[in-house]
Amino acid sequence: MAKDKPQNIANLEDPAKRETFRNMFKKFGVVLVGSIVGQSMILSRSARAAEALRPPGALPDLEFDSSCIRCGLCVEDCPYDILKLASWADPAPQGTPYFVAREEPCRMCKDIPCVKACPTGALDRHMTDIKKADMGVAVLVDHETCLNYKGMTCSICWRVCPIRDEAITLEPIKSEKGRLLIPTVHSDTCTGCGTCEKHCVLSEAAIRVLPRELGLGLSGRNAVGRS
Amino acid sequence: MLRIGRSLYRHRWLLTRRTVQIAILLAFIVHIPSYGKIAEGNLSSSLWFGELKLTDPFILLQSFFAGSSIAMPALIGALIIGSFYAFFAGRLYCSWVCPINLLTDLAYWLRKKLNIKGNMSLSRSLRLWVLALALALSFLGGTLAWEMINPITRFQRELIWFSFSGAMLLGALFLFDLFVSRRAWCGHLCPVGAFYGLLGRYGRLKVTATPTEGCDSNGCSRCVAVCPEPHVLAPVVSKQTKSVTSGDCTRCGACLDECHEGSLSMKLDLVGMVTRKAGN
Repeated sequence: MAKDKPQNIANLEDPAKRETFRNMFKKFGVVLVGSIVGQSMILSRSARAAEALRPPGALPDLEFDSSCIRCGLCVEDCPYDILKLASWADPAPQGTPYFVAREEPCRMCKDIPCVKACPTGALDRHMTDIKKADMGVAVLVDHETCLNYKGMTCSICWRVCPIRDEAITLEPIKSEKGRLLIPTVHSDTCTGCGTCEKHCVLSEAAIRVLPRELGLGLSGRNAVGRS
Repeated sequence: MLRIGRSLYRHRWLLTRRTVQIAILLAFIVHIPSYGKIAEGNLSSSLWFGELKLTDPFILLQSFFAGSSIAMPALIGALIIGSFYAFFAGRLYCSWVCPINLLTDLAYWLRKKLNIKGNMSLSRSLRLWVLALALALSFLGGTLAWEMINPITRFQRELIWFSFSGAMLLGALFLFDLFVSRRAWCGHLCPVGAFYGLLGRYGRLKVTATPTEGCDSNGCSRCVAVCPEPHVLAPVVSKQTKSVTSGDCTRCGACLDECHEGSLSMKLDLVGMVTRKAGN
């Protein structure tokens, strides 16, 4: 026992060993700080804003974020140049493609070149019918300013809709203003292309394309009630 | 005339490299009438001549870590790129393709011109940790973590779509390389370079030394002085090995331009591959 003791001390005092431990702890420190900073950067990044719509065939947001490699091939293959890759200040995660319907809506090309261009499947190439696309859903968000609600038959949203009389229909109702024709969106056929939003005659559109989870209600097992 | 010729010869590797680098960059930008662009997309994934699909294996790896399944076109593209670099040399990407190299080389050149001495020393293995961190964060965050920063694709995005907001990072990177730490980005921090370094660890394209009298006698070491990764040349200069074997070598050819003795050459070492196998 007595003999072992000095040897132990010699081991602990070994400068090379100390150096190794110091280096190791330093590296752990760097990794720890790095992962905390990185993780908080990832968590605090701005989510996609409601007005930034994904190209047709895009996977749901979380999956899209992991499979889109930000190459911009969809952007370049869009014949109408409506798609953009998000920069830092833009309303979508950096480098990902988006469009803003009020500026330029999706023209719903029959051959869907953007989807064909995608190398990773972030835009799902199994979607071959553009009418099955789901970029969002049009919602008549403002009943106060919509001209049809005021009794004027503007109906521009209904007229420009590429899936007219299916995605938007005009439903007559009677009110104290007389007979109103109310533009009514049918969420199962609306692709969210945004043509209605683009052409709404008001200075801010009364009809807007929203992500489905924002734009639609969902009835529970009962027709009323939350669950 | 002779002088110009000699000067060109003295910079033959640099000039070739810049030509390739700029040609690749222009291929993504220049719109040829009635043909379109030679390359579409950017360095993360591109379509060349309307046919050839190429994908960056590192970005695809991040996507995989983030939990995405890998689609066929991207996988094939990544295999083409991956096997090219694995066979020749991984960090060829850094010195012959990557546009950020233009920026950091400019910073280094200015640093020498302005005689800036201050240098924060960073570990060369730091980039490996950044690489590990990028993949770990991709896994944890479910997103392509490095693509939130990656100045390579950002450079192309900002350049091609002429937006300014993201150019800040490039400016910061340039200033950091210029004033704070010598060759900080490409030599110490960038995980893309680290990835390609690992990928092309056993690349066959090698800077090889053939001892000449001049090199033996005066030991000028000018090659080491110009090398962006000087540690890779050390074993060659001290005559421990005949060729550069480190994966960190970017095959930029700066040493070949600088060597006036003709002792260094770039060789495709296929024999080494065979003998290695035979030896085992």
